[in-house]
Amino acid sequence: MARFEIYVTYRKGIFDPPGATAERALQNLGYAEVEQVKIGKYIQLEVADGTPEARVREMCDRLLANPVIEDYRIETAGEA
Amino acid sequence: MTLETLSPELAPTLAVELGLKLDEYEKIVDILGRVPSLTELYMYSLMWSEHCSYKHSRKALRMFPTQGDHVLQGPGENAGVIDVGDGWAVAFKMESHNHPSAIEPYQGAATGVGGIIRDIFTMGARPVASLDSLRFGTLDTPRQRYLFEGAVAGIGGYGNCLGVPTVGGEVYFEEAYEGNCLINAMALGLMRKENLTRAVAAGPGNLVLLIGSTTGRDGIGGASTLASQEFDEKAEDKRPSVQVGDPFEEKLLIEACLELLDAKLLVALGDLGAAGLTSSASEMASRGGVGLDIDVTKVPQREDAMMPFEIMVSESQERMLAVVTPENLAASQAVCKKWGLLSTVIGTVTDTGRFVVREGETVVADMPAATLAHDAPVYDPAMERPAYLAEVQAFDPMTLEHPHTREALSATLLELLASPNICSRHWIWEQYDHQVMLNTVVLPGGDAAVLRIGDTGRGEMSERGIAVSADCNGRYCYLDPYTGAQIAFVEAARNVACTGGRPAAITDCLNFGNPEKPEVFWTFHQSVKGLADACTAFGVPVVSGNVSFYNESFGQAIYPTPTVGLVGVLDYVDDHCTMEFKAEGDAIVLLGRTRNELGGSEYLKVHHGMVAGRPPKVDLVDERLLTELVVTAIRTGIVRSAHDCAEGGLAVALAECCIAGGIGATVDAEGTLPAVAELFSESQGRIVVTVAPEHLGALKQLAATHGTPCTRIGTVGGDRLRIGTAADVSLTEMRDAYLPTLERLVHSDETLQSEELTDR
Amino acid sequence: MRFGVVTFPGSNCEQDVVHAVNHLGFDAGHIWHGDTDLSGYDAIVLPGGFSYGDYIRCGAVARFSPVMSEIVRYAEAGRPVIGICNGFQILTEAHMLPGALLRNRGLKFICKTVHLRAEESACRWLDVPAGTVLRVPINHNEGNYICDDETLARMRENGQIVLRYCEPDGTLAEGGGAPNGALDDIAGICNERGNVFGLMPHPERATDPMSGGTDGAHFFTAIARRVAEVAS
Repeated sequence: MARFEIYVTYRKGIFDPPGATAERALQNLGYAEVEQVKIGKYIQLEVADGTPEARVREMCDRLLANPVIEDYRIETAGEA
Repeated sequence: MTLETLSPELAPTLAVELGLKLDEYEKIVDILGRVPSLTELYMYSLMWSEHCSYKHSRKALRMFPTQGDHVLQGPGENAGVIDVGDGWAVAFKMESHNHPSAIEPYQGAATGVGGIIRDIFTMGARPVASLDSLRFGTLDTPRQRYLFEGAVAGIGGYGNCLGVPTVGGEVYFEEAYEGNCLINAMALGLMRKENLTRAVAAGPGNLVLLIGSTTGRDGIGGASTLASQEFDEKAEDKRPSVQVGDPFEEKLLIEACLELLDAKLLVALGDLGAAGLTSSASEMASRGGVGLDIDVTKVPQREDAMMPFEIMVSESQERMLAVVTPENLAASQAVCKKWGLLSTVIGTVTDTGRFVVREGETVVADMPAATLAHDAPVYDPAMERPAYLAEVQAFDPMTLEHPHTREALSATLLELLASPNICSRHWIWEQYDHQVMLNTVVLPGGDAAVLRIGDTGRGEMSERGIAVSADCNGRYCYLDPYTGAQIAFVEAARNVACTGGRPAAITDCLNFGNPEKPEVFWTFHQSVKGLADACTAFGVPVVSGNVSFYNESFGQAIYPTPTVGLVGVLDYVDDHCTMEFKAEGDAIVLLGRTRNELGGSEYLKVHHGMVAGRPPKVDLVDERLLTELVVTAIRTGIVRSAHDCAEGGLAVALAECCIAGGIGATVDAEGTLPAVAELFSESQGRIVVTVAPEHLGALKQLAATHGTPCTRIGTVGGDRLRIGTAADVSLTEMRDAYLPTLERLVHSDETLQSEELTDR
Repeated sequence: MRFGVVTFPGSNCEQDVVHAVNHLGFDAGHIWHGDTDLSGYDAIVLPGGFSYGDYIRCGAVARFSPVMSEIVRYAEAGRPVIGICNGFQILTEAHMLPGALLRNRGLKFICKTVHLRAEESACRWLDVPAGTVLRVPINHNEGNYICDDETLARMRENGQIVLRYCEPDGTLAEGGGAPNGALDDIAGICNERGNVFGLMPHPERATDPMSGGTDGAHFFTAIARRVAEVAS
């Protein structure tokens, strides 16, 4: 089995309410150095060995991320 | 292969670790005629826990009246069921999820809703409404705000997804709940009478079908062990045992189970709640006087290497247990498959009366099924009147300095309207879907929620309605548990009556501290007696309920909190009434009489920071006549609005009617009592109604036949509330005090300091 | 006139839509998401709820249901398709409508009655005059409409903005008055052709004076009238 790790985040310019809330809360807690918080999704995908990344990309485009609002990054994590 | 029992040396120690007492362990050995196996010991320890066995409360609960011509199912099943006329029946129950919620408020509250909803559709009823009775500490610490916000979000997150409207409830913020919040969830379901289903296994050779989620280690000993011991600093370590809810799976379960019942495919249906498969299966078997033979290797598992006892006691959510005949198996599984649900045969019904658990070929438990469900010891705990009572009851509120100028009294009224225990709850219920199913006639914010009876799915609508309210003022119960419990009942009855509902039956959720402490048990016993007497006086039975003990933190018990969930019936839902003042020139009438009763009042708490005195007196005969009077007046169309007087007294009740109606009022104070008592006394047995001037005579006549005092106290109109010379406030001032409080308190997080966060 | 109301696993307003439509005197039937036969229906409604638990994203899984490819074809034929709440989310996920619906700006679920202003639009399924104010309940956690500037400009030009959140008098609140933070106060949009209409508010909840008012009736009666016009 091979494992891919997928990080889904809002595209630049899309307002991220949970991120903005965490940002404000951290600043209120005295972490003045906090400039920005973005909150996204982490997906762990286990697939048959030899599955090409292009195939995983297709899964992201079709279901796991919404290209209208989200970007994603795929990392190969090797053997599951 | 023979059953592997524990070593006689080890078993008693393990039993004690699992929460059993030594003599309870001895009783198990007696029943079995041998030392139990590991699986058996776990199963007994959970079934004989307080949460599952009611061993401390069972005797006291016998005081409740449970009979009535309209009672189709009393206590002892998953929910109570009453006949509401025209072939319709309503199933309802309230249950606590206090301890899980104190650890993880979102999931605790969410799974509380999930559990009570399962109890309803298990009976064959479609869940049509839920309500929640909540208690927290005051909102001035981040921890309490976290619990409050989390619980509200969890209730919404679960209920909204199910498409079951959350139509009402109540919340109080008191220091006494700081270490132990209360989350009491109530649900109601509607069915045609003939569809009533019971969780009674029958028919040796029939199959036991497990439907829904896979089984994991989550919640092992969760509800049952958490709810059967006090809270201490170690509670945080128990976090892993809190279950995570999946409302989507539950929505599918509702649809699939109702479809299965509709098609008459099932012999019995039960849900898996506290103590999981053990409790569900043993209760089903013992009710039917049959045995069960279950193979744990057949149970779909989500984790590796689970032990048989773990599978038997897991509290994984969203699972149901059904009994089907072999002929109906395929059709039943097809329905489950259609809804995307797993369904697996895990065992068979036998005629032995024994609950046999095997792991493949190996028997790991074998005991008389009925002994798990019904042979738990019943205790008669010691009782002692708490020492604090004499002191708090001796206090006379009139010894205090009270505001007496118009300015000071007006300011006090606004202060009360802004009190977290009185202010508008819209911040909460706007997070709940309260309209789905299109039957919510009186929305949250009124005295009681009113629902139209009917099944839109089959186009079967009726002219009838039900009104429902959940109530309990724990402060009154702390000051006098007998009277306090009665006030919980009469307030619920008045609330329901104010919408036009005739009180029909109640469920209850009795939240108390450690019953092994004589002073705590005395308050429990007094509360049950008070509630039982109130029910008897009204001819209103208790059809279901739940006891939650061990609500303590660091040895300090919560206020005794016997929450009452009362259901009333409207013969014609069209006739329902609401609280808001309707029209300029209407006469404002007070039904009932104000006495100088400031003990335990919100005024005393807010203005003087005190919780003391005696709570208001209750006259059950007068209360019953008052509710009958109001229901008749609403039914005959005499009154235009009706609102109960509760916390904050007459002044707050009038202000609420003004705010809701967007119109003012001019009222004469009667003048025989000190102004502060006229305004803020919390005397029971009072309802404010408005009538068109031409109907005043008819109302007076009707009141006279009920022996209820009926006094015209003022007129609707203008944009101010003027109460004699005592108070004068504008609508805007009242709204500004009443509406934004909760949101403001919750958002005080903006000033959160880092050291405060550590107390999370 | 027969409305077809789709049930996805997790839908929870399908029954309400059928009931409301019946209450208004029209016929309606349920369509299971696994079915693909839309014959006999004059309009398709994707109802509210939490299809597939709203897991991954609201509507992200439902758009792959077998019925959806038929609904795409149905819409391409110019026939009425209406998505309410979760149905609107499904239509955006299926790219039958532009943009997306994000979590409400206040991070809270919102259930309350709001004021909506009917805009001058290409939508063929709402026939109240532009500027009419309607009171209709909303009930959602993800109603915060968003799209890029280019799409917004195109929608304005094409008259694709159908409903906007407004004050009781029909004016728009300064700095945006949408309770969920929606871009440009957008509550409902349609496709260029005007036959696919998505809205966050629940018109089916406002079809009976006893429970929620009657302003929602416009949405269903308009469809019925237009369908009848086409047929005659």
